[in-house]
Amino acid sequence: MELIYKPWAWYVAGPIIVFVLFMLIKLGKNFGMSSNLNTMCTIAGAGKFSDNFKTDWKINIWSLVLIFGVFIGGLIAFNFLQVEAPQLHPDSVDSLKSMGFYSVNTSYLPQELYSLDTLLTLKGFVVVLLAGFLVGFGARYAGGCTSGHAISGLSNLQLPSLIAVIGFFIGGLLMVHFLMPLIF
Amino acid sequence: MKYLVYLALGILFGITLIKSEVASWFRIFEMFQFKNFHMYGVIGSAVVLGALVTFLVKKQNTFSGDKVTIIPKAKGFKNYLFGGIIFGLGWALGGACPGPMYALLGSGFVSIIVLLCGAVLGAFTFGLVKDKLPF
Repeated sequence: MELIYKPWAWYVAGPIIVFVLFMLIKLGKNFGMSSNLNTMCTIAGAGKFSDNFKTDWKINIWSLVLIFGVFIGGLIAFNFLQVEAPQLHPDSVDSLKSMGFYSVNTSYLPQELYSLDTLLTLKGFVVVLLAGFLVGFGARYAGGCTSGHAISGLSNLQLPSLIAVIGFFIGGLLMVHFLMPLIF
Repeated sequence: MKYLVYLALGILFGITLIKSEVASWFRIFEMFQFKNFHMYGVIGSAVVLGALVTFLVKKQNTFSGDKVTIIPKAKGFKNYLFGGIIFGLGWALGGACPGPMYALLGSGFVSIIVLLCGAVLGAFTFGLVKDKLPF
């Protein structure tokens, strides 16, 4: 039990993710998290605005059940499995503190970005909404996210997935090294 | 009943995302600073082992006895690069990609609802302007 409560090592998490990938392939499905964003649009009636959403969402029920499971998994982890604050490399701690992220090493998510107090400020709300927007827009434009491209796409040796993953890193590096110091 | 297996897989995946800390904004930040091997270990081991598993499983049948078919990604360049960059900007800023977003809903941070709404709004906006974008 002790082992479950500690943070899980990469060599535990990687193989579990591959087990999920394996099971989905054997079940005749594709491993992808961001396609559900489209399904949610379709269910909410987005087909009225664009033909791109006129799809039969019922064939994706399995995927909605899967992400509901992911949510339940998150609930279980946070409530019963002693989730603690990640302990970062001292250099990262320094750069975060210099941008005002003092909750580093004491919180799972940064209070300075995700606390209720921050959300109730205009800037806080806009930054969180914008981050989500970029993720949703980018994932659909690229045709997949970390699960669909970085894991299942690269595992299937797909060149488009490699291009997408390179893009993920260009964007991520730009944000962390150039834009974040301007935003925070 | 046939959906139970997806629920179970989702729960396993969700717990793994949280407990391995890949759903933590801080770990994503550290990854883009190249200060810790952890994230690369998770994704890298998943890709290496996943490539082996994918290679082997293609020679097998699905549980229901059909041939395994993994749909190849469509040809393209600009959509993958530009979409990837936009995604990367958001991934680093929000510290969460779609899978972890669903898991983080269980964290008690109300802001994650706004993050997820932003993602759905982003997917919706993409659907509206898709035909005008370079592919």
